[in-house]
Amino acid sequence: MNQLAFFDPPLWTVNELTVYLRDLLESDNNLQDIWVKGEVSNISRPTSGHLYFTIKDNQSALRCVMWRNAVSRLTVMPRDGDAVEVHGSINIYEAAGQYQLYADLIRPTGEGALYQEFTRLKALLEAEGLFAPERKRPIPRFPNVIGIVTSPTGAALQDILNTIRRRYTLARIVLAPTPVQGDEAPAGIVTALETQNQIVIPDVIILARGGGSMEDLWAFNEERVARAIAASEAPVICGVGHETDITIADFVSDLRAPTPTAAAELATPNRADLMENISDLSQTMARVLTAEVNSQRLELNYLENQIANRSPQTRVRSDRQRIDEFIHRSGTALRHKLVLQRTNLTSLDHNLGSLNPFAILKRGYAVVSFPDNRIVRSVTQVHSSDELDVRVQDGRFGVQVRDDIQESE
Amino acid sequence: MTNAIQDKPKDDIPVDQLSYEQAFTELQTIVGELESEGLSLDEALALFERGQELIRYCINLLDQTELKVQQILGEEIVDFETQVE
Repeated sequence: MNQLAFFDPPLWTVNELTVYLRDLLESDNNLQDIWVKGEVSNISRPTSGHLYFTIKDNQSALRCVMWRNAVSRLTVMPRDGDAVEVHGSINIYEAAGQYQLYADLIRPTGEGALYQEFTRLKALLEAEGLFAPERKRPIPRFPNVIGIVTSPTGAALQDILNTIRRRYTLARIVLAPTPVQGDEAPAGIVTALETQNQIVIPDVIILARGGGSMEDLWAFNEERVARAIAASEAPVICGVGHETDITIADFVSDLRAPTPTAAAELATPNRADLMENISDLSQTMARVLTAEVNSQRLELNYLENQIANRSPQTRVRSDRQRIDEFIHRSGTALRHKLVLQRTNLTSLDHNLGSLNPFAILKRGYAVVSFPDNRIVRSVTQVHSSDELDVRVQDGRFGVQVRDDIQESE
Repeated sequence: MTNAIQDKPKDDIPVDQLSYEQAFTELQTIVGELESEGLSLDEALALFERGQELIRYCINLLDQTELKVQQILGEEIVDFETQVE
């Protein structure tokens, strides 16, 4: 830079000056990573995908540009007239000699402050241990009484009731009605939770609210609501807003659901599943019992058989059978024996021939018998005067016993 | 499997005095005992009958269609008039 400003003001080229200003702005940390609030105007989104707009207030205006990739991350596209806060850095668009806010985030005005409060309270309660997993109580599987804390006129309640009607009509539902947004909401929710625990004593509480902006849902980020949830004797299922909404209440509750309907599903078993369980058990019972009866039947049959085998009737039959079997088995052996015996018989015959009594008579022996043909073999059989019969080889004659009966020595 | 029948033998309590949870739990216990093969035929049949009763009871409970909805009014619990779906 020319030190002779005393005589001659400096002479710059446009580019030199512009670059100087750019460096000046870039090196000022107050102008980097800032939020600026104003009202949106002159929004333009050419085919390049980049977003060009102005934010202004009563006195001034600031040109903004947001590149395409940051634009794609916007959940809501700003419109002319929106009160917003824009995050980015100040720099110069050299070609036009224009200072701009190079933006990477846009949010509705006020949300910034809310989000800060959210972060602060979350840190506070987390440090106190209110979010600790050990604090979370299990949800009863078969609730008898379900307490609901929500608006009596909102869609959330209807969603919950329809869901429970579909799944589990066994439970009794008790609603503690309360506003769920606005100034009266936090106190109303706290009172409703207390009333549930004191009067209704449910098995589980569903705390619910339909979708809305961060402001709409703000009651569920209030400290007293969080503490009332933490103090609840009954476990609390929190179903607030849509899937992407997270509130402090979600962190403190025993179970978090993405929506009121999901909360009702988490609180109840499903009738269809229960029916299936019963059906399975029923089938198992039938199967086991059939098997048992069959096995008992088999055992009975066996015992019956055992008994039958030992009855006298069976005994006889079985003995007879044994005999038959014996005979059959021994048939061959017996036949063999018979043959042998026949051979013996023949030789016996020969022998017998010589023992023929009539052959004896030929040799001079007599056969003495009584008139009734009883043969006399012993002196003890006869008495004197008995009439006896004597047979010799060629005839017979009668005799009478004399007195001189004598036994041999 | 020896799931203890606690204190009072459960088949003393009339089935219709049980909550769904009690009935279903008892049913599970019964099936477990039947499967455990330690029983006489008489015991098995008795358990089976009780099991059948429990099943009928549970199904009856599940089949009911009316959901009872109430609300707190002051200190009272009163019926809640729900909107038609």
